Amino acid sequence: MKAAAFDYHRPASVDAAVGLLAELGDEAKVLAGGQSLVPVMAMRLGRPEHIVDVNRVAELEGVSRSDGTLRVGALTRHRALERDELIAGAAPLLTRAAPYIGHFQIRNRGTLGGSLAHADPAAELPAVAVALDAGIEVRSARGTRRIPAGEFFVSAFMTALEPDELVTALHVPVWGPGSGFAVAELARRQGDFALAGAACGVQLRGGLITRAAVGLFGMGAVPVRARAAEQALTGASVGEVDLDGLARDAVAPLRPASDIHGSGAYRRRAGAHMISLALDRALAEAQGTREAGA
Amino acid sequence: MTELDVSLTVNGQRRLARVEPRKTLADLLRQDLGLTGTHLGCEHGVCGSCTVLVDGLAVRSCLMFGVQADGSEVTTVEGLAGDEPGSLGPLQRAFWETHGLQCGFCTPGFVVSVTAFLEECPDPDDEQIREALSGNLCRCTGYQGIIRGVRLAARLRREEQEARA
Repeated sequence: MKAAAFDYHRPASVDAAVGLLAELGDEAKVLAGGQSLVPVMAMRLGRPEHIVDVNRVAELEGVSRSDGTLRVGALTRHRALERDELIAGAAPLLTRAAPYIGHFQIRNRGTLGGSLAHADPAAELPAVAVALDAGIEVRSARGTRRIPAGEFFVSAFMTALEPDELVTALHVPVWGPGSGFAVAELARRQGDFALAGAACGVQLRGGLITRAAVGLFGMGAVPVRARAAEQALTGASVGEVDLDGLARDAVAPLRPASDIHGSGAYRRRAGAHMISLALDRALAEAQGTREAGA
Repeated sequence: MTELDVSLTVNGQRRLARVEPRKTLADLLRQDLGLTGTHLGCEHGVCGSCTVLVDGLAVRSCLMFGVQADGSEVTTVEGLAGDEPGSLGPLQRAFWETHGLQCGFCTPGFVVSVTAFLEECPDPDDEQIREALSGNLCRCTGYQGIIRGVRLAARLRREEQEARA
């Protein structure tokens, strides 16, 4: 369980990091929190020739808000997602997803950008990004571009990132007043990979749902956006939505894989339950009836 | 293969090592600095035996390369012992008294993780304790003694602080 030898690079700026990626191409791997990459290397599932460690790139840190958008630096640790007040106020779905990621020792190291770039099908943050129509800001020596989250996740562990590109930030639209957010996840034990999970947001005005976002994880090779469910919710009045029915319809077309932890059919049923649970909590929060700390 | 110089503070002492970049922080501590209290169970971030504090935060030392700890302050289980040589720290004593270990292999990781946890959450309820322990595996105890150990340690810690205040 020892990683194969590699050359170690520790750039101090984004320019230096993307310069290295431009030069080294797909022989290089970016090391952020290392909570997924290092196990992959230890098991020799990957043996990159070059490691570009971005942990000392201060530009990748920081959270800022402007023009209805929250920008969260790629090097933001999961632990900071849990605790940052600016994030909690502007994009509570990130705050609520973070505690489900691994254990606190993992969250102390793991990063937002790393989770997005790793693109684990069971991961929470990619589903949050997809549900909220977030933009993933990436840089290379060729320039900067922003990839819509819905186009970023190509397949399990595969993204639209080019080998010379570095994830630099996530841009999350800030929802207005009357909104509520919740994550629900089924895992065998605290910190285990999700069997199925849902990340949801709703916004209300005068008892009507004016906006809905439903993102699913663990339910396919990439995070799933349950658009039919969102459409069914939008315009409906809070008291009249049939969450269980809508959740069942949302998972019906999905074909999650079977593995030793659960069959595809079980994941689908669990996923439906997670959708209705998360929506129920999000609606309660939006209505202002959610108790503090609940 | 190029070796790199690493300078770090371990348990309050400045230490130097020259290591291959692929060497984990856990192996650096054990092999280069002779601190074998940090144990390696799975070497891929699952078991928690190798947990150490890096700049005050509990992390898995098998998931960090030693070169990444350059300039950092690291605390290992050796740094959590009592002041007298061979004596136990308060958390270690609590584990002893509650049978919070049997074979003891996983114990360093638990002790380090719980140290960080109680720092942030000095008066935990059982659910918080269980959640905090979820990142460390123990194959002997069935965890009940460990949970009692954390409860006792939290109480001792609070009493100690109240006595000081």
